[in-house]
Amino acid sequence: MDNDACLGCQTGDKWRRKRGSLIMALHEIQGVKGYVGWQDAMDLAKTMNIPLARVYEVLTFYNFFKLVAPGKAVISVCTGTACFLKGNDKVLERFKSELGIKEGESTPDGLFHLQVVRCVGCCGLAPVCVVNGRTYGRMTPEQVPVILNEWREAFKEEA
Amino acid sequence: MVDMDELNKRFDIHNIANNKLAEIEKYKCHIYCCHSTGCKSSGSDDLIALIKQILEENSLSEEARVVATGCMGLCAQGPLIRVEINGKKDVLFKRLDANTTKTIMEKYVLPALKSEGEMVVADELKPYVLSLDLPFFTKQEKVVLKNAGSIDPEDIAEYMAHGGYLALEKALKTMTPQQVVEEIKKSGLRGRGGGGFSTGMKWELAAKVPTVDEKFIICNGDEGDPGAYMDRSILEGDPHAVIEGMMIAAYAIGATAGWFYVRAEYPLAVERLQKAIQACKRNRLLGNNIMGTNFSFNVDIRLGAGAFVCGEETALIHSIEGARGTPRPRPPYPTNKGLWEKPSCVNNVETLANISKILLKGADWFASFGTETSKGTKVFALTGQVEHSGLIEVPMGTTINEIVNEIGGGVPEGKKLKAVQSGGPSGGVIPAQHMNMPVCYEELKKIGSIMGSGGLIVIDDSSDMVALAKFYLDFTVDESCGKCAPCRIGGKQMLMLLDKINRGRGKKKDLELLKKIADAMKKASLCGLGQTAPNPVLSTLRFYEDEYTNKLLDGKVKE
Repeated sequence: MDNDACLGCQTGDKWRRKRGSLIMALHEIQGVKGYVGWQDAMDLAKTMNIPLARVYEVLTFYNFFKLVAPGKAVISVCTGTACFLKGNDKVLERFKSELGIKEGESTPDGLFHLQVVRCVGCCGLAPVCVVNGRTYGRMTPEQVPVILNEWREAFKEEA
Repeated sequence: MVDMDELNKRFDIHNIANNKLAEIEKYKCHIYCCHSTGCKSSGSDDLIALIKQILEENSLSEEARVVATGCMGLCAQGPLIRVEINGKKDVLFKRLDANTTKTIMEKYVLPALKSEGEMVVADELKPYVLSLDLPFFTKQEKVVLKNAGSIDPEDIAEYMAHGGYLALEKALKTMTPQQVVEEIKKSGLRGRGGGGFSTGMKWELAAKVPTVDEKFIICNGDEGDPGAYMDRSILEGDPHAVIEGMMIAAYAIGATAGWFYVRAEYPLAVERLQKAIQACKRNRLLGNNIMGTNFSFNVDIRLGAGAFVCGEETALIHSIEGARGTPRPRPPYPTNKGLWEKPSCVNNVETLANISKILLKGADWFASFGTETSKGTKVFALTGQVEHSGLIEVPMGTTINEIVNEIGGGVPEGKKLKAVQSGGPSGGVIPAQHMNMPVCYEELKKIGSIMGSGGLIVIDDSSDMVALAKFYLDFTVDESCGKCAPCRIGGKQMLMLLDKINRGRGKKKDLELLKKIADAMKKASLCGLGQTAPNPVLSTLRFYEDEYTNKLLDGKVKE
């Protein structure tokens, strides 16, 4: 494969001389693509001279890494203690019913991915959810459709 | 040839600090804008741009400066902006948007700058003023958080202007490594990550192991406790303090390199830390022969990837090595065999942030805060059902009552305080009747909780304690790495029993079984995660057993 187009090879090349770099390399791939695919993992393993099993051992242990492409907008609902006490479960339920998916799934149109995360560290703003890096504080279930529409509009404009 | 004097002057920290101080003094007005994760997500970026634009339009950029700072503490009231004009008492504004910010500039800042007279806060702005005389601010004692909220964390010169890297200079030029260890030991500083082991003792152990080829100092920034964000705020608000602490630690124990392990969920903290490290390298504070001494040191960052267990030091070490984050039995302790089998010393972010202050002001000064056995101050993330939710720092030994009712402003909406939870999923509850308990390592342990990293979650009387215990256990079961059976199987079984009780299908004997499994987990688990996972259940059972029995088929408590 052409090295220029191979994300796994490039990343592997950059990190292979540094110690303790497998997780950093995986972060970098996910940062570009949004997930670490089978081909990326193979390329990375080959370039870094690590058995593929080791790469997958690490990939599947840490729940930050995704193995399949998520939706365009990744919705992370915080399930930390402060958010739990302030009723983020109702916000999560609303997301699920509005999108018709469960946590860890993407919508069939590929627009949204719903996931729950451990504390994002914005407990003062609880309950919190994060969509593609943008934080929404003091959430209510009523805000859920508003936020979803905001993103749908944004994607329409892009297209 | 480069003039050596010229070069030395350029990298001299006193010189940089003085230049910066002179520059700051030129300004009549300082506008501090909180630029931490909390306020950023409430829109502080746009406000900073707006203020700069207004200053420019009025050609006041020479008279007023905008400082994007770290966390000011009251995240729930963000975005926060503090304005200081002509050296008068500063005014803090809360919950700002573009319109109110404009009004502040037009009705408060600009007139004051032009007239140099009295500054009056217009009536329409009064609802946005947050009094700095609130107990939330006055009852705090800021040591670690001193700079957060008043300096630009991305400007190394500003850190130096506030005494930064003076402690490192003192250590490198006037103290031996042994003297540094002794000073930290004398201060009584204990690990702020939760365990509470004496930092000086740990350094002494690490220093004793001979450096054959390499020795490491590791900063544990894997703050996984839900409801806690002290380390994030310190890294975001004052990253140089942590780096300086690490460098002093490295000098004391003879480390050759340092590693920061930070959660990937904290992108802003990672970014600020990266910038700070680069600034250090540019200013020759990292690399070879630092400050012209024989001390050479370098650091690197490794990211976590969403595994709570990596807060445990041996799991963290495996994770830096690029492997699964599973713990291993100790001994050998990391101080003997750690990262890549080399001697390593693991310290928490807040612990390291304390070091430079202790060296500069002395161990006795530090020990003047706190109780007999818990010295210094502690940063807490006060969250949950409390009026002023935010980041606070108080001397050890402050009572729960002072923290929740005075600093925190009590429980809102007319509800009553039921308990405070500390230590996250490894901790327990402190019921309302124990509100006068001083917060320190020993007292918290006595009541069945732990200090933990510093999350304090306020629970009001509408909360169901069984559901809370289940919430925490759910977390630890999910985060268990699965290596040892007591944690992997015990946790799951406890969770199933709790679920049964919560659904109203439990019996009395289930409570007995819960306690039995909890006991086995505490005794037999490999690492801290499994050993402490039963704590939330045991602690709520101890103080709120009737809430459990009320849910049992055969155990309803008489009305």
